[in-house]
Amino acid sequence: MHALRKVKLMPIVVGLGFVYTLIPLVWLIISSTKSNTDLFSTFGFWFSDDFQFFENFKRLFSHQDGIYTKWIINTVFYAFTSATIATIFAALCGYGLAKYEFRGRELMFAAIIGAVMVPTTALVIPLFLIFSDRGLTNTPWAIILPSIVSPFGVFLSRIFAETAVPDELIEAARLDGATELKIFRTVAFPLMKPGLITVFLFALIAVWNNFFLPLVMFSDPEKYPVTVGLNNWNSQATIASGSAEPLFNIIIAGSIVAIVPLMIAFVVLQRFWVGSLTLGAID
Amino acid sequence: MTTVISAPRERTRTTSLRSRVRRALAPYIFVGPFLVAFALFMVLPLISAFNNSFYADRLVGGRVFVGFDNYRRAFDDSLFWQSAWRVIRFGVVQVIVMLTLSTMFAIGINRMTSWVRHVYRLGIFLPFAIPSVVAALMWGYLYSKNIGPIPDLADAIGTPAVELLSPSWILFSIGNIVTWSFVGYNMIIIYAALQTIPPSLYEAAELDGATKFQQTRTITLPLLRPALLLTTVFSIIGTLQLFAEPETLRRLAPQSINSSFTPNLYALNIAFVSNDLSYAAAVSFIIGFIAFVLSYAFMFVSTKRNT
Repeated sequence: MHALRKVKLMPIVVGLGFVYTLIPLVWLIISSTKSNTDLFSTFGFWFSDDFQFFENFKRLFSHQDGIYTKWIINTVFYAFTSATIATIFAALCGYGLAKYEFRGRELMFAAIIGAVMVPTTALVIPLFLIFSDRGLTNTPWAIILPSIVSPFGVFLSRIFAETAVPDELIEAARLDGATELKIFRTVAFPLMKPGLITVFLFALIAVWNNFFLPLVMFSDPEKYPVTVGLNNWNSQATIASGSAEPLFNIIIAGSIVAIVPLMIAFVVLQRFWVGSLTLGAID
Repeated sequence: MTTVISAPRERTRTTSLRSRVRRALAPYIFVGPFLVAFALFMVLPLISAFNNSFYADRLVGGRVFVGFDNYRRAFDDSLFWQSAWRVIRFGVVQVIVMLTLSTMFAIGINRMTSWVRHVYRLGIFLPFAIPSVVAALMWGYLYSKNIGPIPDLADAIGTPAVELLSPSWILFSIGNIVTWSFVGYNMIIIYAALQTIPPSLYEAAELDGATKFQQTRTITLPLLRPALLLTTVFSIIGTLQLFAEPETLRRLAPQSINSSFTPNLYALNIAFVSNDLSYAAAVSFIIGFIAFVLSYAFMFVSTKRNT
């Protein structure tokens, strides 16, 4: 009887957690169908009579001459460029650390892991100084260059290389006369691929969701990613409520556009990241 | 670990010196690109900031070396210590609540057999993919008495509405946003660790008549230690760097969150509002140092206790 009670309790606890997760998302979707006036005057978790869903998105993409489209394009560009380079660098480095003995290897790995502890301010402020000296603030470089360094990606890639690439295969390829880089390209890379998708996904999120770095680096609204842009609209909407523009409906629509692509990526690539993270725990 | 197995003798002789040199250089070619980026965009800025923290810009005389003055100043800076204590107190509660929930969800999903567990696992993890700015905006609107549903709900049951953006509730409200964002991420790490526990352990315990609760306490939790350690340390570091959530909520709750609410907000404010980059650098390093000390203290205490 005791066991029976437990078995029933756990799914309920997890179910409640699931509902809790959905609360703000459900609210966001319902609210995206409302006009600004209805946002204030109707109950948040139910629809109002005035269905404004499409108008809200039309307003979103036309507000300030359609600057939101630019923010989305910027975000996609910054995130994909950085994540691609970050994944390649992490894959090469993780493979190098896993498959070769060389001086300073463990020290290097320790330094890379230690980098996770560095507070973002300690890094962002000097980066801003260095980049502004070279006229790189307000350019895509300002966010792409710092984001190609993914210590967590190296950590994962090393584990993937150790577990997914057998030494025998590398040896066999060497006997066939393949160069070391060719062995990586033709033997190791394909075997590491499922893990590297995870590395890419996490790097993508890190850049897409980054707020502090672009907030400091960009003063030109045309260069903003969506996070900084939405925060900017939110402060315009709330400063001195009397004169404030009623922007809440477009901020809500903008939030939906900002989160949907990554959510889709996560659902579609689920089998890769769940599998890879489990692999990470084994080691 | 990985040793480079040497090829058969005759082969080595024919594969020239050139190929052996190439192989000796190979690891550096692999780690090189990352290492260069790491040095340029991580090590170099840190060194320059560390160096900068020992200088000050004076109206007369310009930039001068001041030794530990900036650090001494930070130690006497009550605004800084208020912000540091605030996030530490906040973290003690929030991290414990979040990781307890993460562990419960992970164990729960691991025990479930129905297909629903996949939906739950994905659903609870998804907020991790949502930018903290958007998370803070959503919850911030939900909290607000103008847009959010709380006044309506309070009316319906006839109680006064809780003002979640007021100074007395704001830490709870931020804690909820952070928990919502990261409970699933930590759940996945713990869930992954659960997969490595051999089922035979539970079978043996079952034979000995242990209840599910006893099994959790004596098998699951001790074996989850490394994963819990890792998630706690990451959470401590994350908490000390709290920035995006309070920065976004500040616009909705200016009466509750000021510009020195968290150490990172304060450091940013020193750097770009007061334009005192050297002092901001010193403050940032103290934040990093606190994160380092707390993480190690935690690891030390939790590894000591069981040996």
